[in-house]
Amino acid sequence: MNIYLPIAEVSVNAFLLLGLGGGVGLLSGLFGVGGGFLMTPLLILIGIPPAVAVASEANQIVASSFSGVLAHWKRRTVDLKMGLVLLSGGIAGSAIGVQLFATLRRIGQVELLVSLCYVVFLGIVGALMLVESIRALRQTKRGRAPRRRGHHWSHGLPFRMRFRASNLYISAIPPFLVGALVGVLAAVMGVGGGFIMVPAMIYLLGMATTVVVGTSLFQIMFVTGATTLMHAMLNKTVDGLLALLLLIGGVIGAQIGVRLGPKLRAEQLRATMALLVLLVCAKLAWDLVRTPVEFFTLGGGSVH
Amino acid sequence: MKRGIVILAALLWGTAAPAAEERVIAGLSQTHVSITTDFSGSEIFIYGAIAREAPKPRDWPPDIIVAVTGPLQPVTVRKKDRRFGIWVNGPGVEVDVAPSFYAVATTRPFRDAISWTDDLRYRVGLDQIVRLIGAPSDLKYPEEYRQAAIRLRRDAGLYVELPGAVSVKDETLFETRIRLPASLVEGTYSARIFLLRNASVIDVFESSIEVEKVGLEKWIYTMAHEQAALYGLMSILVALGAGWMASAAFRVLLR
Repeated sequence: MNIYLPIAEVSVNAFLLLGLGGGVGLLSGLFGVGGGFLMTPLLILIGIPPAVAVASEANQIVASSFSGVLAHWKRRTVDLKMGLVLLSGGIAGSAIGVQLFATLRRIGQVELLVSLCYVVFLGIVGALMLVESIRALRQTKRGRAPRRRGHHWSHGLPFRMRFRASNLYISAIPPFLVGALVGVLAAVMGVGGGFIMVPAMIYLLGMATTVVVGTSLFQIMFVTGATTLMHAMLNKTVDGLLALLLLIGGVIGAQIGVRLGPKLRAEQLRATMALLVLLVCAKLAWDLVRTPVEFFTLGGGSVH
Repeated sequence: MKRGIVILAALLWGTAAPAAEERVIAGLSQTHVSITTDFSGSEIFIYGAIAREAPKPRDWPPDIIVAVTGPLQPVTVRKKDRRFGIWVNGPGVEVDVAPSFYAVATTRPFRDAISWTDDLRYRVGLDQIVRLIGAPSDLKYPEEYRQAAIRLRRDAGLYVELPGAVSVKDETLFETRIRLPASLVEGTYSARIFLLRNASVIDVFESSIEVEKVGLEKWIYTMAHEQAALYGLMSILVALGAGWMASAAFRVLLR
């Protein structure tokens, strides 16, 4: 069944959108990522104009992350205090990121920067996660429990706070900086930023894995909410109908993902996500390097 | 010979109302296309007749060209370039006039049906409609950008050429069908029907098709443009509502 999208001005199969939303929502619930880094390229691939894809995707992530947060809230796996510190960093970061985006748009190389950002960050994050999870898998096979970090590198910094749910007593500065970095990248790359934040929370902050996903979703919900509003007001590119179809699939997928998560083993989960991230990275890198079939592309009207 | 002079004189006189012996009268099956949520394209049936006051001339059979053109808009074309081993989008070139949709149906192959001069004069063919006027002076081959715009739109099914799609009965009645794709842009589409003999335009009939979003489509579009802040907030609320509903529904389902 085809459906005409009022803002995107294209006709797309409704079930395809529901399915895409469901698949990405599942990942969102499982891994605590918004799924924007997968969905945005997919939407562009099926013919949605990039500007509309990015903005409507942000709107969908609001739904799937809220759905995920609620489920995590019930299980008490959201560290509210940590979430708020990350969020304050995120807001500062995205304000900087939006300015950066506008500057790059003037120069006319925003697409390239987004692609390069994706390749670099997905590559680093994916590789680190894969190495780490393989090491953890080996250790559990030998019957040893995965090592927990005793002393953390940030212990010398001021403003120490106790994050009870995360099992941490660290300075508030590292989480604030992590939030800010993610905020900048989220604004530039048009995603929630979970795929960077989740590993950062585990490896940089040393948070307890159980609360990472819920806390990440909590922060993403607010950042993507702000992004949606900004796109709606400045660019008028939020397609309500597109977002609605994606989010119906998305919220259902997220709920399944959240419930499926605890049944799977954490190390395997991380290894799977690492492979997924590396796969997307490889695809984007390949697109940059290989000789294109068609050298020309059509942009919008006289916007740029 | 004498008739040739008459036609030539008519063309020199003006294009609107030549003192021709033949005129074209046409009708469209619909002049209003509504884009609804389940819009999947539309087919327009265009029919008409060649009216003449004198007996029909014997030397050349008549040709009919039906051209449907969407709203004229500029479009930015970018060319990829290899730099430091990766393919980078070069600076965009704006093709000044590129209709969102264009379809031409003819009785014979386009180039046989109309002469270059009349194609240029009436701007019938794709090559005359898609125009790049002010190309940046440092551009080596501006023409390749214009050609790329035509090629990409043609590949996307937005520019359609249908040689032989107009059937003429008894040198008087003609008909054709033009399919409007699902990815249609709002606006006024022009429909022009040309009557030709010996590759020269004798008469033109013009009509228009209004393409408009209706219902939910119109409501969302208008709201997004006129009350952007409210629309944005509403989008977020819908998202939160859906997220909550899914969460609640699963709690009940899995209890």
